[in-house]
Amino acid sequence: MHASMEGRGPSMEAPEGAAFQFLGVTKSFFGVPVLREVSLSLRPGSVLGLVGENGAGKSTLMNVMGGVLRPDGGRMLLGGTPYQPQEPGDARAAGIGFIHQELNLFTNLSVAENMFIESFPTLRRTPAIDKRRMAERTREHLAQIGLDISPGALVETLSPGERQLVEIAKVLAMQPRIFIFDEPTTSLTAKETGLLFEVIRRLRTRRASIIYISHILGHVAELADEVAVLRNGELVATGPTAEYPVPRMISCMVGRDLKSIFPPKASAPQEEVLLRVEKLSQPGIVRDVDLTVHKGEIVGLFGLMGSGRTELARMIFGVDRYERGTVRVGNGLLPRGDPRAAIERGMAFVTENRREEGLLMNVSIADNIGLVALPEFARAVTGHLRRRRLQEATAQKAQELHIKATSYEAQPAKSLSGGNQQKVVLAKWLLAAPRILLVDEPTRGIDVGAKYDVYTIIGELARRGSGVLYISSELEELLAVADRILVMNRGELVGQFERSEFAEERVMRAAFRQGDEVRP
Amino acid sequence: MKVMGSRASRGILRNTTFVLFVLVFVVFGMLARNFLTLGNLQVILSNSSYIGIITVGMTFVLLVGGIDLSVGSIMYLSAVATSLVVNDLELSPWLGVVACLGVGLAFGALNAFAVTRLGIVPFIATLVTMIAGRGLGLLVTQSVQLDFPDSITLLATVRLGGVQLNILIYALVVAAAALFLAYTSWGRRLYAVGNDPEAARKAGLKVPRLIGSTYVLSGVCAALGGFVSIAQIGRVPAGFGRNNEFDAIAAAVLGGVSLFGGVGTVFPGALLGTVMIRVIQAGLVARNIDIYIQPIIMGAIIFFAVLLDALRNLQLKKLGRRNIMKMET
Repeated sequence: MHASMEGRGPSMEAPEGAAFQFLGVTKSFFGVPVLREVSLSLRPGSVLGLVGENGAGKSTLMNVMGGVLRPDGGRMLLGGTPYQPQEPGDARAAGIGFIHQELNLFTNLSVAENMFIESFPTLRRTPAIDKRRMAERTREHLAQIGLDISPGALVETLSPGERQLVEIAKVLAMQPRIFIFDEPTTSLTAKETGLLFEVIRRLRTRRASIIYISHILGHVAELADEVAVLRNGELVATGPTAEYPVPRMISCMVGRDLKSIFPPKASAPQEEVLLRVEKLSQPGIVRDVDLTVHKGEIVGLFGLMGSGRTELARMIFGVDRYERGTVRVGNGLLPRGDPRAAIERGMAFVTENRREEGLLMNVSIADNIGLVALPEFARAVTGHLRRRRLQEATAQKAQELHIKATSYEAQPAKSLSGGNQQKVVLAKWLLAAPRILLVDEPTRGIDVGAKYDVYTIIGELARRGSGVLYISSELEELLAVADRILVMNRGELVGQFERSEFAEERVMRAAFRQGDEVRP
Repeated sequence: MKVMGSRASRGILRNTTFVLFVLVFVVFGMLARNFLTLGNLQVILSNSSYIGIITVGMTFVLLVGGIDLSVGSIMYLSAVATSLVVNDLELSPWLGVVACLGVGLAFGALNAFAVTRLGIVPFIATLVTMIAGRGLGLLVTQSVQLDFPDSITLLATVRLGGVQLNILIYALVVAAAALFLAYTSWGRRLYAVGNDPEAARKAGLKVPRLIGSTYVLSGVCAALGGFVSIAQIGRVPAGFGRNNEFDAIAAAVLGGVSLFGGVGTVFPGALLGTVMIRVIQAGLVARNIDIYIQPIIMGAIIFFAVLLDALRNLQLKKLGRRNIMKMET
């Protein structure tokens, strides 16, 4: 119990048995238990896949391990000796490397400086940084993960995937014995993901222990030796990956057997065209895009990351400008670069970036939901709000979407888990009952249960006659949800598939522009 | 072609300071004939030195996303301390220097404490130091002008290798600051803190200490700048240093130091900014511009510089967006 942190350097070998153990760890926030007596052990030279719905306690457990949070009860053992980190630095010193979901890079500094920000190599007996040695060592670390960029490159010039890999290289450079990867692949391309997996496997052969957290269960199944499932702060299952194929992982996570991951298709397209885009072009971004969305139709927009899908949606909605082309809602021409006009014509846009663009983080859930529909709850002449009605409407929507919160009125949006935040964003637009809904990656980074809810909501909206343009990089979900799939590549529409023609391979090939080399 | 164009405009935007600098020289060279003579330039540089030293300190504070409004009052307070030592106690001028820098250090540390330990917003914390500091100084002097003996003023006439001492001190300060910023852990970490304090905290950097150090440095620079000025003019009126905080902030911003933190340099940035401000001021005087019009013109120029800072950020963000069609898949 009397833990001391001394002498526990990264080089210390774990004794026989577990590299790390949680023993009955508990943690509560504001009296709400988020971890209940979690006991889990991590073996050296193995990958543990940690899965669970949003809000199941994965992040909390890892933050306890990483010294960001202190547990209310229970103990942790590192290589058999008590471990009580007081701050993130302690965890690092103890040889635990934490690759966070959000990047912690300084965009105004070079790659090399970011790698060594915690301890720069200096010239002997001076405070001056040894830039040459720093660059050399950076090059080595980058080579390890197959990243070919200059150590002197400023981080602000790198792509999101490259930044994520730099972050990973940074942690690798500290040579920890235990790694925590928290959703490391969200901004990686398929190729970069492959590189990362190679790195993780190599770490495993060097007897490092790895905790791998992801919502992409396929990745977990592929990588992990063991799986641990958290649900509502409780460890509900743990065992070798072979015994936990993806469907079993899912049923453990949600605690009930989902009939399937996708709800049955409830909507069908009608004649009337709600949205018509013609010859939309913006140099360097999109070229001659034509598309229509019918009443009751869900049009999937598929493409690899960076193919211009998000940019296209932003132009249609009027957030970004375009040089040529027209956007029509019904028969009316939509003015360029005027999102207010788009909203007035009944268009709604759920952005990919819910944290930055979609939510007021410090405002209550109810107020967030009510935001867009606010004018409809105003009295005719004086304009002040019918509070009661608004409250009822927002509460109803929140319940419909199964938003998990103790109080919709009092709890700020930031206190919700990622999946529930996304539901709040959707609820906000649904309350306004849009005729045309543009959604960009609505299920990214949220759990299976929440995804199911999102699909249901969008399907229901289409059934009631809205038209939906659904952007996603998960082909599986588009195949299940959409009536038609459009494929984008480098700013152009390169393929269109009716529901009857849906076939994963064909769509995928179109996305890579047939004949191009298909990447893993 | 398109790529070339965007690269060129990116180049210009990254170097607004140089563009501005050339522009200012050309414009004032044309407006006031005989203005750009070598002798005149040395005068400008000499007159730049005290504001320049303060601007160096200010640059550090701005780099971590802070601001220091108290430098003018610190100048005055440290001048008062120097006077107490040299005039009242009749001690050596070197002890005067020590007292001067000591007071700068103390008030810088006070700012650092208020900002990092008490969590007071830098604008308010240093505003309080500015107001109360001036009050304290005036309490001691009773608003009486302080005169300094020859032992101090003669320092201004010292030349080393033909260069005036104040220019030399300025050059040393700039060189040391630039080297520290570019080549030491401390310097690079200041940029990191200015870019993202939260990420810096997570990376295990001692953010409060890093931020605090910039206020201490700014205080010392203010005191040193004040001393250089005392040596030049030999007397300290009650308004000594007043409004100099704004000159320093303006010079830094003109020199490309961003008020948003994390962006800017001492060399060449802050140096060019300081010289620019001085050239503009001297040019306005040389052209006999109405004394009431001068601040309006200065204001307009500073506004222009801040506007450029904002535009530059915006534009660089846009240019930073990838060109999808040109991308390799």
